[in-house]
Amino acid sequence: MLTIDHLSASYKTMDKDVLTLNDLNLKIHDNEIFGIAGESGCGKTTLLKTIYDITEYPLQIDSGKVMLTGEKNGKEFHYETGNIRKTWWENITYVPQAAQSVLNPIVRIKRQFLDSIPKEQRGNETEEEVLNRVKKYLEELQLSPDILEAYPFQLSGGMRQRVIIALATFMSPGVVLADEPTTALDVVVQKGILMLLMRLQRQFQNTIVLVSHDMGVHYQVTDRMGIMYSGSFAEIGRTGDIFRDPIHPYTKMLVDSLPRVGDKSQKAGIPGRPPALKNPPPGCRFAPRCPKATDLCRQEVPELVEVEKGRYAACHHNEREVE
Amino acid sequence: MSEKLLELKNVSKVFRIGGMLSRKKLVAVDDVSLDIDAEEPVILSLVGESGCGKTTLCKMILRMYQADRGEIRLDGKSYSDKKEYDPRQFRLDVQPIFQNPYETFSMRKSVDSYLFNTAIRLGICKDRQKAEALIDETLHSVGMSLSVIRGKYPAQFSGGELQRISIARALITRPKLIIADEPVAAIDASMKMNIVNLFKELKDQYHVSFIYVTHDLSTAYYVSDFIATIYRGCLIEYGEASQIMDHPAHPYTRLLLDAVPRIGDKWEEELTLPGEEEKEYSLMGCRFSPRCPYVTEECRKKRPDMKKGCGRQVLCWHPLASFDHSSSE
Amino acid sequence: MKKFWKNAIQLKIGLITTAVFLVIGFVIYYIPHVNPFTYNTYPEQLSPSFVHWLGTTSMGQDVMWLLIEAIHNSLMIGLIVATIGTVVGVFVGLLAGFSGGIADRVLTLLTDTFVVIPSLPILILMTSLMKGSSTVFLMALVLAMFAWAWPSRQIRSMALTMKERDFIHTAWFSGEGTVQVVVTEILPYALTWSLSNFMNATLSAIGSESSLAVLGLSPANLISLGNMIQWARERNAIFAGQWFWIGSPIVATVVLFVGLFLLITGYNDFLSMKRGK
Repeated sequence: MLTIDHLSASYKTMDKDVLTLNDLNLKIHDNEIFGIAGESGCGKTTLLKTIYDITEYPLQIDSGKVMLTGEKNGKEFHYETGNIRKTWWENITYVPQAAQSVLNPIVRIKRQFLDSIPKEQRGNETEEEVLNRVKKYLEELQLSPDILEAYPFQLSGGMRQRVIIALATFMSPGVVLADEPTTALDVVVQKGILMLLMRLQRQFQNTIVLVSHDMGVHYQVTDRMGIMYSGSFAEIGRTGDIFRDPIHPYTKMLVDSLPRVGDKSQKAGIPGRPPALKNPPPGCRFAPRCPKATDLCRQEVPELVEVEKGRYAACHHNEREVE
Repeated sequence: MSEKLLELKNVSKVFRIGGMLSRKKLVAVDDVSLDIDAEEPVILSLVGESGCGKTTLCKMILRMYQADRGEIRLDGKSYSDKKEYDPRQFRLDVQPIFQNPYETFSMRKSVDSYLFNTAIRLGICKDRQKAEALIDETLHSVGMSLSVIRGKYPAQFSGGELQRISIARALITRPKLIIADEPVAAIDASMKMNIVNLFKELKDQYHVSFIYVTHDLSTAYYVSDFIATIYRGCLIEYGEASQIMDHPAHPYTRLLLDAVPRIGDKWEEELTLPGEEEKEYSLMGCRFSPRCPYVTEECRKKRPDMKKGCGRQVLCWHPLASFDHSSSE
Repeated sequence: MKKFWKNAIQLKIGLITTAVFLVIGFVIYYIPHVNPFTYNTYPEQLSPSFVHWLGTTSMGQDVMWLLIEAIHNSLMIGLIVATIGTVVGVFVGLLAGFSGGIADRVLTLLTDTFVVIPSLPILILMTSLMKGSSTVFLMALVLAMFAWAWPSRQIRSMALTMKERDFIHTAWFSGEGTVQVVVTEILPYALTWSLSNFMNATLSAIGSESSLAVLGLSPANLISLGNMIQWARERNAIFAGQWFWIGSPIVATVVLFVGLFLLITGYNDFLSMKRGK
């Protein structure tokens, strides 16, 4: 289980601190695919980096923390922001954006596998034995074991992405963080990769946190999702519910604006643009663009409250029309 | 006046790749024939994966590249006819919109300088006053105004706003044809549809045809009249948008449609995953045969002929939809 | 921006130091004074005093005015070389990068020749042809022979990359002609780089001249920082304990170099800040 507890973070710049994560609270359960959606600048990549504990100056955590708890091999574990590093690869892994450049270009794939497995895990296994395990695993992923002998540049973008997913999941970590894993990949390859991720999740029953700006991807892949806007969560809930019956006006307008194949009805985007993080508007950050905004909205920041079981929204006008 | 606004006849473009002495060739565009009627403005979408050649094709239409084989005609005048080429008239007739609005303009120049240049240097307006009026009117049709953008630099606008200004710039000449290369790929989801809707409105308001290049099938379906699918430089399918989407004839179009993460139908586990894209520089037979689930020996050996019927074309030995007969709805 | 200025120590020191030297070289220099080069104007080897702030040399020259003239000449050389190098370099580079084809190949061949040929032997040759006497301007011209080649290469690469960028196409479709495109779209980028290069070239030219001087190759009638050091060395100033005579040009050279260097790095920081890093 991944718990985010009152997390705030900002970038220190020459002029002013830019508040990027604004008092976030979230619980991500075991055995689910959780999506984080939002547009550019909303903070989703920063959130992922903070969860994985790879914040470096000028990004700094101002308050709050992330907790990673669970059980592996019969033992319980508990890590928090500050020592999450200790459990990288074992209980939590990270697939960053533009992951194709994450592989060392001058090292063969098999070496990269061997290097990534911490010695403690290997126990008494020889390198041969580890590689055999890796080969079996690759076959499960429908990857040919031959790629172990290859260098990264000999593989296509899609292949490299699969290799990275294999690397990230080989140790069956409880949590896999994937930041836009399929951007820059073609639609057909994207589908293959996403199906692979879903298959792995079903097999290992672990948690995948998937960040993407593509709402269609969330619809197809995630069980629950959180919509971020300008550093806070606007809405959190089951994916199906969010698409069928969005609560927050931002979510509603966003979902309505998506063109669907087979549907030629007029679609409208959201007017205006996301606020600059340096000088956010007072009150609800979505108020300038919201058709339902009132004075209250412009003065007070709405809290994220549980509107229905399992559904959270941060809006002053949360009353549901139909119970 | 010619019947056709734009005609592409067997257009090919070959790049030499590798070192200086290499003989390897990359056929970026392979024998593509397309046309756009002159009568009514249309939006034609060029759909395909990245690297399929759709951008190269656009650059040839924009005269940034020269076709190695085949012929391109605009309004009946062939591109290869040097005497007929009037650079000024060309720029009045054809204008581009690029993918990244922040790359479309130089960061160091004010955006209105581009608009004024377009209005004055191409001879549309004789003086600054008239230019201001024209620019303001054009900006209004994209939801902006001259007073808002005067003197400002590209960095002061959001992606969506800047893209609109780019569209306005292209419209100043009241062109016959606008080539838009992935115009909303770099725009946030909440602002995408605003811009895509614009294309529809502008087509009617200014009587301008668009070639809309994209890899996003959902917006292609939403905005276009016609869709052309490109695979590895070949035009593999062409037809009316609704027909292509509802009854795709080429297996690749079908594959693309299935792969788009749509809202509505959830993906099902697929039977086989066709192999990865391979690097191939020459291939006998149909280009898609390595990945086609319906491939036969004939497909591997011979390049398919273009099958035509009912306003549709498909480059396949075994098209999925039959359209040799009149279309039935 | 204000925060940057408060912390921009390097830039500030660089600016102040360079400004001081510029004042010495171009303001104080013009205060009417006796030609410092003439021998035996004053008694030899005097220690610093109110009359001669830095003393006199063993040839009877006033050290301070010698130093001022040296600074002036060295700066002049540096600036002339940098100007010629930058102007020619940018012109050739843009021309080569933008025209392509045969013009590009010819110009590149020419440029590469000057980049590859080692400058020191050629400079030694040229200075020996001068037979021991020269003017500031001539010396600068000789040094400028090599100063344009590298900038030309850099600008050419820049022009080549720029050619393919979307906004150049936009400019064309907006009716701009080739000349206008080069001047309004490409030149602004070239200029920023050029300023940085200019300062570097100044530094490098002063350095080259000083190095030649210490090798004994700088024209003997040319008062420059390098030459001052050389003359003091030849006349055994160290043994004679005349620290001000040999020390002042050395200190001046070092301070000038450090100042220019800080100015360059400070300017680069400023540029990075502007770009938002």
